[in-house]
Amino acid sequence: MRIRALVVRIIRQFVRDKRTLALLFLAPLLILSLTKLVFDGRTVSPEIGLTGPASAFAEKLEEQNASITVYDSVSEAEEALKNGKLDAVIQIKEGKPDITLEGSDPSVSRSTQLVMQKALQSHVQELAPTVHYLYGGPDMASFDSFGPVLIGFFSFFFVFLLAGVSFLRERTSGTLERLLGTPIRRSEIVLGYLAGFGIFTLLQASLIAWFSVQVLGMSMAGHIVNMLLINLLLSLTALTLGTLLSSFASSEFQIIQFIPIIIVPQAFFSGLFNLDAMNPVLQKLSFIMPLYYGADAMRGIMIRGEGIADIQLDIYVLAGLSILFALLNVAALKKHRRM
Amino acid sequence: MTKSAEKPAIAVSRITRKFGDRKVLDDITLTVPRGELFGLLGPSGSGKTTLIKLITGIDLADDGQVELFGEPMPQLKMLQTFGYMAQSDALYQELTGKENMVFYGSLYGLSGKALASRIQSAAALVNLTEHLDKAVTAYSGGMKRRLSLAIALLHEPRLLVLDEPTVGIDPVLRQAIWNELRALTQQGVTIIVTTHVMDEAEKCDRLGLIRDGKLIALGTPEAIIEQAGVHTIEEAFIAFGSRKEAQA
Repeated sequence: MRIRALVVRIIRQFVRDKRTLALLFLAPLLILSLTKLVFDGRTVSPEIGLTGPASAFAEKLEEQNASITVYDSVSEAEEALKNGKLDAVIQIKEGKPDITLEGSDPSVSRSTQLVMQKALQSHVQELAPTVHYLYGGPDMASFDSFGPVLIGFFSFFFVFLLAGVSFLRERTSGTLERLLGTPIRRSEIVLGYLAGFGIFTLLQASLIAWFSVQVLGMSMAGHIVNMLLINLLLSLTALTLGTLLSSFASSEFQIIQFIPIIIVPQAFFSGLFNLDAMNPVLQKLSFIMPLYYGADAMRGIMIRGEGIADIQLDIYVLAGLSILFALLNVAALKKHRRM
Repeated sequence: MTKSAEKPAIAVSRITRKFGDRKVLDDITLTVPRGELFGLLGPSGSGKTTLIKLITGIDLADDGQVELFGEPMPQLKMLQTFGYMAQSDALYQELTGKENMVFYGSLYGLSGKALASRIQSAAALVNLTEHLDKAVTAYSGGMKRRLSLAIALLHEPRLLVLDEPTVGIDPVLRQAIWNELRALTQQGVTIIVTTHVMDEAEKCDRLGLIRDGKLIALGTPEAIIEQAGVHTIEEAFIAFGSRKEAQA
């Protein structure tokens, strides 16, 4: 009954606050779309300059989607490389290719080298391997690979921010004190917040899931129900953590200060970047980060088509963290009312 | 009459509250019988609000006891017995006046027709009926204060705890509210009210004068004035305050 009153109130407040609604529902879609545009554009075709007579190798390069310009002299080609017109210059010295890369963007260098390798391999037919994919496929873009992590990240980030600020406002506006002057239990306050915000986070999670699969065409090998479950659990973790940490902030600005401390490190450890190059001891830090589990499960579901059985550890950890944070929250409210 | 019915509405005995090293309340004892309109008078920072929070059980004393209607505080179920109006207007700005009342009313277990009719009568009492469907953002300071008071009255509590209820309310309405408080006490409701306005203090049955966390005088307004040998409450307050300082 009292929990219901709290839920109704939170819904009413939300519906009045159009900007916050937009932040919750439209901002993740906007950023996901932008990321898709940046990372999922047409396949990059490296600009390669060749010197000397046109050869069969040049044709193979063109088959690999490279655009070839033939120069009369080496110095002319090098001039073009310097001016940024080319990504690489290839000369044939004593029958072997001699390559100069522009080199200032490692990802361009890599893709240029890849194109040249493929061209060389197909040049010598008997060495060309046959490639199979266990998951994904030759058409999988990098957006498909880290998109699932981003979905988890946005659910986490926006809910954390909103829950933190709302609960803080309850404290600074004096309504928390007034609320605690009524016979409501501390646990009822926390549960009311969980339920009230839970409705909106569930809506948000569904919208993001639908948008990324149906509109952005992200690869989706698993079941959408599993994806929603993980997204909801991740949002609940963010909700309970946000309200808990708001007890340690005295203004909206101090909530913002939690972003570089709580949110950004999680983004680094969540699998957005490959951590294999990191010190193995530091890599273990990811085990204490909620987003790591959420992202792991999201990737499993969307790319490898994993079912409940494969992601159950992630589910337990996220549910456990939510419950832990909620209990700590009930305890933290003791600061304001002892009973 | 049952035994607990004979107990006073509020019994505070030897209460001390410290924030760090600073004693905010120092050895305060006072009793408020049922149906009394009791005023706590003191400058801001004197400890009035802290005392109110201890009486309601929101805060806990370092030493001493509080009993409401014979029940030791703090106790969750006792929060149902009183209506509380905090010093800051604890209202949800985005919601309308009515929605605020519905929310708080539900927390006290009111629902359906009972809630609707209580909202109407409490709103009428503070003259807010025609503004109930406006968002609180559009309210003036006085309207917010009145809405807070209406919320405290919603569940017809037998004790009203009002922290500076008439700040920002115009004199005509203030008069009306005091008349209403008086009428409530005649129905047996006990009221404890804090104020720093001297002429309001004279409308109370009895007064407690608080300064620097100490209760410097306790009694009817007339008795306090007489005891100090002066003509007004204001003068009495100054007289008692300087006596305390002389003792210290």
